[in-house]
Amino acid sequence: MPGKAVPVPTPETQPYWDGCAAGELRIQRCVDCGEPYFYPRPICPSCGSGSVEWFTASGRATLYSYVINHRPAGGFEAEAPYAIAVVQLAEGPRMMSSIRDVPATPEALVLDMPLRVAFEQRGDVWLPVFTPDQEAQ
Amino acid sequence: MSGTGVIIAGAAETDEIGRLPNTSTLGLHLEAARNAVADAGLTMRDIDGIATVSAPGPVQVAHALGIYPDWVDGTGIGGTSFLLHVRHAAAAIRAGYAKTILITHGESGRSRVGAPPYRMDLSSPTGQFEVPYGTLGPTTTFTIPLLRYMKDHGLTHEQLAYVAVAQRQWAAKNPRAMFRDVITVDDVLSSRLVAYPFHLLECCLVTDGGGALVVTSADRAADFPKPPVHVLGTGEASETPMISQMVDFTESRMFRQAGRKAFAEAGITTADVNHLMIYDAFAHVPIYGLEALGFVGKGEAGAFIADGNTEPGGALPLNTNGGGLSYTHTGMYGMFAIQEGVRQVRGEAAAQVDNPDISVILGNGGMFSAAGVLVLGRSPRP
Repeated sequence: MPGKAVPVPTPETQPYWDGCAAGELRIQRCVDCGEPYFYPRPICPSCGSGSVEWFTASGRATLYSYVINHRPAGGFEAEAPYAIAVVQLAEGPRMMSSIRDVPATPEALVLDMPLRVAFEQRGDVWLPVFTPDQEAQ
Repeated sequence: MSGTGVIIAGAAETDEIGRLPNTSTLGLHLEAARNAVADAGLTMRDIDGIATVSAPGPVQVAHALGIYPDWVDGTGIGGTSFLLHVRHAAAAIRAGYAKTILITHGESGRSRVGAPPYRMDLSSPTGQFEVPYGTLGPTTTFTIPLLRYMKDHGLTHEQLAYVAVAQRQWAAKNPRAMFRDVITVDDVLSSRLVAYPFHLLECCLVTDGGGALVVTSADRAADFPKPPVHVLGTGEASETPMISQMVDFTESRMFRQAGRKAFAEAGITTADVNHLMIYDAFAHVPIYGLEALGFVGKGEAGAFIADGNTEPGGALPLNTNGGGLSYTHTGMYGMFAIQEGVRQVRGEAAAQVDNPDISVILGNGGMFSAAGVLVLGRSPRP
């Protein structure tokens, strides 16, 4: 069985992965219109500006939606069934992630529950995942 | 004048659909092409335009058929591509770039004979930002928006299951459908979980098969053996390469956008529609489609289907071949949705509806990634 997929950064996404390795969720925002966005890219999707900057997001998020997957991808066999989630960052953008420290059940995974980012090593990169935010609850 | 000025003059599927381990993906394209050209009463020498997806792509398909076309379209954005091919063909015919365009689909989706291997580029945005979280194809991604919709709109598990129940009633009338035994909500909810909240019977089939179309000018409507199917309106849109970046998980922006274009071009409203096909890779897609096209209000589609409106005898016959859930789903199902719309408008469907004046086809590509809409009619609109 192949191991879990390891993302391959590109020049445009390298600062994101560098941030993860440093324990920070770094995303981008537009200098001209101020809109934060994800996934990393050099043009603002809100106004088309090429003047964009990186910043460190708060790491706070809520659970927007998910599935509990019973047919595991390569490397995930031991974890199935496992949740594949989309979280909404406090800054607004959404991203796919995994939810840790919560059973993969509909009862435990409650939409809109507060979450906080954590980082897991995967090959030579660190991957952002989310855990319940105890302080917010 | 409304409408596109073109007709579908020929339409056919492969002789068989389902499990076809002795035919390659290319072979399925060629068989479907031959059947559709014959259905139009034409020969390959009459074809001067070609459209299909890769692989094998339009160059391969044209060459294998002995066609050296003046117009080539390789638009490949998933299962709705063939709806876009019809739209692009209409534009090409109006512009004079081609006169008689062949659109083909073939896919050894189940047997994987002569089919390209699945490969994910881990440096693409999807490869970097989704695949590492354990996604594995459509069951793990196309499905993700639904829990948000269920929470915001109160859709129940039983209502979702009923989408499969309603479509199986149509499939039971269709000898070519893969699954024909009538099922209940309990059957659906007791089938195994694939990706909660989706059970096996809420996911499409995986099959082998193909289909093809011949599109030409409406000026030639009287020249063919079968009744002409007028392409009254067309729409297309794209939204997102990644499910996590869908604009709003409770509605499909691209379905609405493509639908508005198609309905405006045809000069129709939802009240004019007698027959509807909505690409159903999973049971929630018809729910999103009914709402995006404006047949019901937001949050109302689950109850609309559960109340019997889309099943045999209902006011709005939907997915009358049985759909991707019960008829067939090779991977790029859109061609089969068009084929059923053509059959209904011609009056030759297995489960024929009454007064099939206008049929609307809504196609999906990828995971809510791209959309196409066709409005087909028995007559040109005034």
